[in-house]
Amino acid sequence: MKHWLIALLLALVAPLALAQSEESSASAQDIYPLASEAERQRFDRLLDELRCPKCQNQNIADSDAPIAEDMREEVYRMVKEGADEQTVVDSMVDRFGEFVHYKPAFDARTALLWLLPAIVILIGLVVIVVIVRRSGNGGDDDGAGLTDEQRRQADELLRRQ
Amino acid sequence: MKRALLFLPVVIAVAFGIFLYTGLGKDPQELDSALIGKPVPAFELANLKHPDRTLTPEVFQGQVSLLNVWGTWCPACRDEHDDLIWLAEEKGIPVIGLNYKDNRDQALRWLQDLGDPYQITLFDPQGKLGFDLGVYGAPETYVIDKQGIVRYRHVGVVNPEVWEEKLGPVVRRYQQEGS
Amino acid sequence: MFPELGQVTLIIALLMSVLLAVVPLYGSLTARDSLQAFARPLSAGQFVFIAIAFGILTNAFMVDDFSVAYVANHSNSLMPWYYKFSAVWGGHEGSLLLWILMLSGWTLAVATFSRRLPSVMVSQVLSVMGMVAVGFLLFILMTSNPFDRTLPNVPADGADLNPLLQDFGLIVHPPMLYMGYVGFSVAFAFAIAALINGRLDAAWARWSRPWTTVAWGFLTLGIALGSWWAYYELGWGGWWFWDPVENASLLPWISGTALMHSLAVTEKRGVFKSWTVLLAILTFALSLLGAFLVRSGVITSVHSFASDPTRGAFLLMLLAISVIASLTLYAFRAPVVHTRAKFGPLSREVFLLMNNVLLMAAMLLVLVGTIFPLIADYFELGNISIGEPFFNLTFSPIAVLVGLLLGVGIFSRWKKTDEGYLLRKMIVPTVASLVIAFAVVLILGNTMAPRGTGFWSNFSLWAFFGVLSASWCAVATLQDVWNKSGSRHGRLHGLRRQSRSFYGMVLGHLGLAMVIAGATVVNNYGIERNVRMGPGDTATAGAYQFRFASVGEREGANFTAVVGTFEITRDGKPVATLYPERRRYVVQRNVMTEAGIDAGFLRDIFVAMAEPVSSDAWAVRLQYKPLVRWTWLGALLMALGGFLAIADRRYRIKDEATELRKAAVSGSTGAGGRPVEAGA
Repeated sequence: MKHWLIALLLALVAPLALAQSEESSASAQDIYPLASEAERQRFDRLLDELRCPKCQNQNIADSDAPIAEDMREEVYRMVKEGADEQTVVDSMVDRFGEFVHYKPAFDARTALLWLLPAIVILIGLVVIVVIVRRSGNGGDDDGAGLTDEQRRQADELLRRQ
Repeated sequence: MKRALLFLPVVIAVAFGIFLYTGLGKDPQELDSALIGKPVPAFELANLKHPDRTLTPEVFQGQVSLLNVWGTWCPACRDEHDDLIWLAEEKGIPVIGLNYKDNRDQALRWLQDLGDPYQITLFDPQGKLGFDLGVYGAPETYVIDKQGIVRYRHVGVVNPEVWEEKLGPVVRRYQQEGS
Repeated sequence: MFPELGQVTLIIALLMSVLLAVVPLYGSLTARDSLQAFARPLSAGQFVFIAIAFGILTNAFMVDDFSVAYVANHSNSLMPWYYKFSAVWGGHEGSLLLWILMLSGWTLAVATFSRRLPSVMVSQVLSVMGMVAVGFLLFILMTSNPFDRTLPNVPADGADLNPLLQDFGLIVHPPMLYMGYVGFSVAFAFAIAALINGRLDAAWARWSRPWTTVAWGFLTLGIALGSWWAYYELGWGGWWFWDPVENASLLPWISGTALMHSLAVTEKRGVFKSWTVLLAILTFALSLLGAFLVRSGVITSVHSFASDPTRGAFLLMLLAISVIASLTLYAFRAPVVHTRAKFGPLSREVFLLMNNVLLMAAMLLVLVGTIFPLIADYFELGNISIGEPFFNLTFSPIAVLVGLLLGVGIFSRWKKTDEGYLLRKMIVPTVASLVIAFAVVLILGNTMAPRGTGFWSNFSLWAFFGVLSASWCAVATLQDVWNKSGSRHGRLHGLRRQSRSFYGMVLGHLGLAMVIAGATVVNNYGIERNVRMGPGDTATAGAYQFRFASVGEREGANFTAVVGTFEITRDGKPVATLYPERRRYVVQRNVMTEAGIDAGFLRDIFVAMAEPVSSDAWAVRLQYKPLVRWTWLGALLMALGGFLAIADRRYRIKDEATELRKAAVSGSTGAGGRPVEAGA
């Protein structure tokens, strides 16, 4: 069973897997050419994390607005010069406010938001433990708590079937 | 579950409702400037009318002024232009212009045809100062105090109403200090 | 046909809704059958008049009646007829009319398919649905009338529908979505009725379940269609943006999923009744909240309808009244008596409770995250934005946990599960999924997006857990089918013996696994390149070569387009030819991008032309998107699972006596005359 699972898996994954990708020898130029993979990923992440201040909820990667274009250029310039993500974000926030960062900083104002899932899950676990304890843990009897009289009546009914 | 606990959802819902209600009518796109309380970012820009002269934040020292971001490509800037002239001439408010991402000849022609309310106009063809100021859509008007510190930003056209309710009070307040 | 007639029919429908809201309810509380009997005819009447109103509006669109303001704002004589048809719900007023049409449709459906329910219950359910209809009809008639006229200044032609909406997606996405939103009003109505008449028991859960499942199925379809539409229409290859409007549709979906599972427990074991009722109220409240958020202007979104504070205020009032009234009723009437059922720490009840906890955590995360800008504004914390990076970071772990929990919980038994039994059942899924996850992540990581040269340095932990969760979920589900289909008469017989309800569950869970797998792989291993290309240029993305062969022009019904021809090859062998476009629509003069997509089961290739960077070169976005279709196919599978589950025999018992006789003869009846089922 395990063998054919692996075979099936490989059959599915193999077409997905690509040959070692080559980014060179193409005559088309990147719009924002960057030297290293690390820089490229930093750039892409920043473009997804920064918000266009003028648009109806778009990041600067997808927006056509002139201000988004300006921001992209500035991010590109800073990344090429070696700035790290936080520096670029700070530089944008200094100019446009926190509004332009889609990922809120973790501070006193937003801590509750970031930790919300963990808090809810914890509370939920506690509630479940309390409920299970209170319910008596399942026990071994199958009866739903019949009294003896009811049990006798039930037996009679069943016998009559 | 005790009966009291069952009231928790209602209470939460009511609180939620109140707070959603306060959100009505507000514009979620209105952004406060990140530069309030900070000095105008450093710049070296040419004077629109005298390209050989370079201007720096020194131009703001000693007076409370309005910094108006405009461009000939911006239709709303056309709408507010007459009101800016009114502010400069009738009210005597110093208005400094920031010609943002524009063509010099077209800008000069515009001022010639429509009148020039600006004490001085900074020429920012690449929009560098605009970007540093956090301009995201012209027209925008800033209130700059005597030390060259940004005190307020208004996004959108300036008209007498905006002056009365928003810009005027800020200008008057900072005119009083120091002197 | 005069548009005013549409308004008149809506008023008549309103009168019927008022009667429906009051008369049968009163009849049920005073045991007057004659009054209760009004419920069905009034439901039918309400539907008929709303349908007529809808028909009149549709007709106005089809004949280009621009004297109707709504038509003038959302249509144009040049538009193809099928877009005119869907433009009926392309704006605020018309979409509300669609909403109320569906609400009255569901009401009629409940009236028709509940012959076997006690009349008190039916009367109260229909009355509650009538109340909801009253609220919405008032909203439409007072603030959002689609039949307002432009007279005396009838425009020569309409303002045209936003080109983004001139698409097949508009024809299917909103109707499916609304079927879901509105469908949850049925579960809500059942819950309220149960609170009113005090009959909150396993039977109530059994009646509620199919309605809830169907609504959930439609909502799943609606959300999937929206995601798919955004993907091919918006040109950037994204399929989920965590935009407030998208989140607004996700909230009732998550809550609805929790509700479906909670109903299963209540039906089977008679426990968690108060919680299930609360979930039913919550789910519908979230549907209404979604409607509010989208139409009131309090939240910025690319999807929002034109905002208007008066409408927002009315909707908020509607939302507040319904939710606060129901929750107050809940506080007073929900049962507090502990049921005497017992269950152990590894019982199915506990696993389903845990499922609910995880889903509630996800729901609260999305809810608070979406309205956080409002919160920040209220408490003057500043202008904080919450977007995709935040949600991806915080939501994904919960989704992973849900998959993992499913993989364990599927083997649990009601009341008590032996630890050893559970551990034994888990061996195969655990081993299999670990193998799959490692293999997939290592193979893909090293071939697709290599970050470095080390074999292990390309190991993405995020991707690993995502794939682990998906495969664990899938393998465990299949293992469960295998376990339950053992039979003396052979495997096929064993499989046949399982109920549709069971297979519905299987499909639903497999669909979930598919969605998790698709989302994980496309997010972690997708490749994107933004390049400057003119005719004759080639570029590489991943293992594919893209050659911009030529550029041309074409004219559509109401647009002109620049069309690029892109030839895509891999290792020299041709893969596809794509024709992305940049369209300029003649009326509104906006420019849109139509992507060229080569769709495949295992991957999509995506080419979009962005703005021109010179007279003969464009910014082109090339993308390779592995497994992206699995997100929608998985959702489709989930919806099918839901629809299959309600086709189960127990919901189609026409004549209970005949059923009992048949079952007794074949000897496979359990207690209560219902066929034995092995699943939840």
